[in-house]
Amino acid sequence: MRTDLELIHRWVPEGAHILDLACGDGTLLAALARDKGVTGYGLEIDADGITACIAKGVSVIEQNLDEGLANFEDDSYDLVVMTQALQALRRPDRMLDEMLRVADECIITFPNFAYWRHRVHLGIRGYMPVSKSLPHAWYDTPNIHLSTFNDFEHLCREKGLTITDRAVGIRDHEGHWTSRLWPNLFGEIAIFRVGRQHG
Amino acid sequence: MPEFPPDSVGLVTPQTAHFDDPLTLACGRTLPAYDLVYETYGTLNAERSNAVLICHALSGHHHAAGYHSADERKPGWWDAHIGPGKSIDTNRFFVVSVNNLGGCHGSTGPNRTNPATGRLWGPDFPMMTVGDWVHSQARLAARLGIERFAAVIGGSLGGMQALQWALTYPERVANAAVIAATPKLTAQNIAFNEVARQAIRSDPDFCEGWYAEHDTAPRRGLKLARMVGHITYLSEDAMGSKFGRDLRTADLNFGYDVEFQVESYLRYQGDTFSSAFDANTYLLMTKALDYFDPAAAHGGNLARAVAPSQCPFLVVSFSSDWRFSPSRSRELANALIRAGKPVSYVDIDSPHGHDAFLLPEPRYQAVFSAFMSRAARELGLEESA
Repeated sequence: MRTDLELIHRWVPEGAHILDLACGDGTLLAALARDKGVTGYGLEIDADGITACIAKGVSVIEQNLDEGLANFEDDSYDLVVMTQALQALRRPDRMLDEMLRVADECIITFPNFAYWRHRVHLGIRGYMPVSKSLPHAWYDTPNIHLSTFNDFEHLCREKGLTITDRAVGIRDHEGHWTSRLWPNLFGEIAIFRVGRQHG
Repeated sequence: MPEFPPDSVGLVTPQTAHFDDPLTLACGRTLPAYDLVYETYGTLNAERSNAVLICHALSGHHHAAGYHSADERKPGWWDAHIGPGKSIDTNRFFVVSVNNLGGCHGSTGPNRTNPATGRLWGPDFPMMTVGDWVHSQARLAARLGIERFAAVIGGSLGGMQALQWALTYPERVANAAVIAATPKLTAQNIAFNEVARQAIRSDPDFCEGWYAEHDTAPRRGLKLARMVGHITYLSEDAMGSKFGRDLRTADLNFGYDVEFQVESYLRYQGDTFSSAFDANTYLLMTKALDYFDPAAAHGGNLARAVAPSQCPFLVVSFSSDWRFSPSRSRELANALIRAGKPVSYVDIDSPHGHDAFLLPEPRYQAVFSAFMSRAARELGLEESA
């Protein structure tokens, strides 16, 4: 399993009812159902991903995230997960509001644009970064809202949200020690666990 | 031995089951006894756990796959999806396909004799509902020793039966596939049905439904009904790309004979259908469509209506279907989500309108096969042969 998914797998409580936005081939939901009795739905628009979910017995709904989550009721889930999709949404800030309307907690992972390799690409070589976490060329990338670890933290602060947990990972090497020191510089993938505003 | 394609179920023979237990219907009347004609494909396993029920649509019947004879020009209506190695894989599943009550292909219906009167049932055949059909199908299942279907599957009106099965007999359905269907008809759907009914009923040969006793049939009315219906089965784009404004002859002839190819096509469809289908059956099938609304008994709350279901659902719509549009299928999927039921919803990109559910399409087949394979795996079904 992808490193960000492994971490999320640890964070999701037993028996939780969750939504997995951009659930891909359903790997996370299938593992959570098997290991932790987790129930819920995946949302996906990729045809092959949807078929793979159905083959695994993962409940998947073909739905474009840019159209919102209006078909999901307030407070109807324990947790909403969204991995590696925030940067491809038209309005990531509004999606964050939607996720925390449906559940009081969410887990979001995205590629950290301030990762040192990306900085080298852009800052020294002068090219848009291309890496394992950002594999596309500038002209065909679905990633229209790239952000950094710091940017996301700033957005959560502005919205008055509670960050209950955060981590960064290197794609192939989870929990690299340097990432704890300067996450915005050494983290390739950012993982945030965010709760609603308190009080 | 006649030669059939290797992925065909081959030669099939319809069977008849007779029932003497009276069946009380939603309309308040009772059918004292009745026949159901059905076909089966594949082999029922020793545990009787691999049975799949196929429910048919408005003009459908029990002949869903294979051939009745070596000379039959076309196979059954869902042959694209039923057979060895197909989405509904007859190497794994035992498929039961039944002609609904009120139909005109052998099951008790308007064109059969009413034993109480010795006349054909004709217009006196009771109005049927989706719920009535499901009850009658459940009796057939019991007769065949099937306690629980591995899946109940249907497209369009057949999808409504699959949904109703999951609500009426939740413990007897392991999986449900509801394809190109809707949880209820819209005003526009009912309006089209009413045009079809009026076309039939205003035909002078209708004779208040007793046309068979007058050795006639309301063929013009049924033809019109089918022409109107057929327009709603195709998408504007499909019709456009198939016919455009193509003319039958080189020039306009400034008359009311067929000029455009689309006119010729519709007339042909109407003629073929009206010589093969019973008008009274068409009338009561359209009413069954209109009546279907499982949410009605729950104050319009579909999520509450689907609460009794216990099986995973596959809900499929087709992008260009404007008869039962994707938003109708989403309505059903969303109700199942609100009720916390396992459901997958897929919208297949297809130019073929409502009829897409009958046709092969790679993504549709991939999704359908994935759902059925997972069902087979969970039920521990082995491939036979």
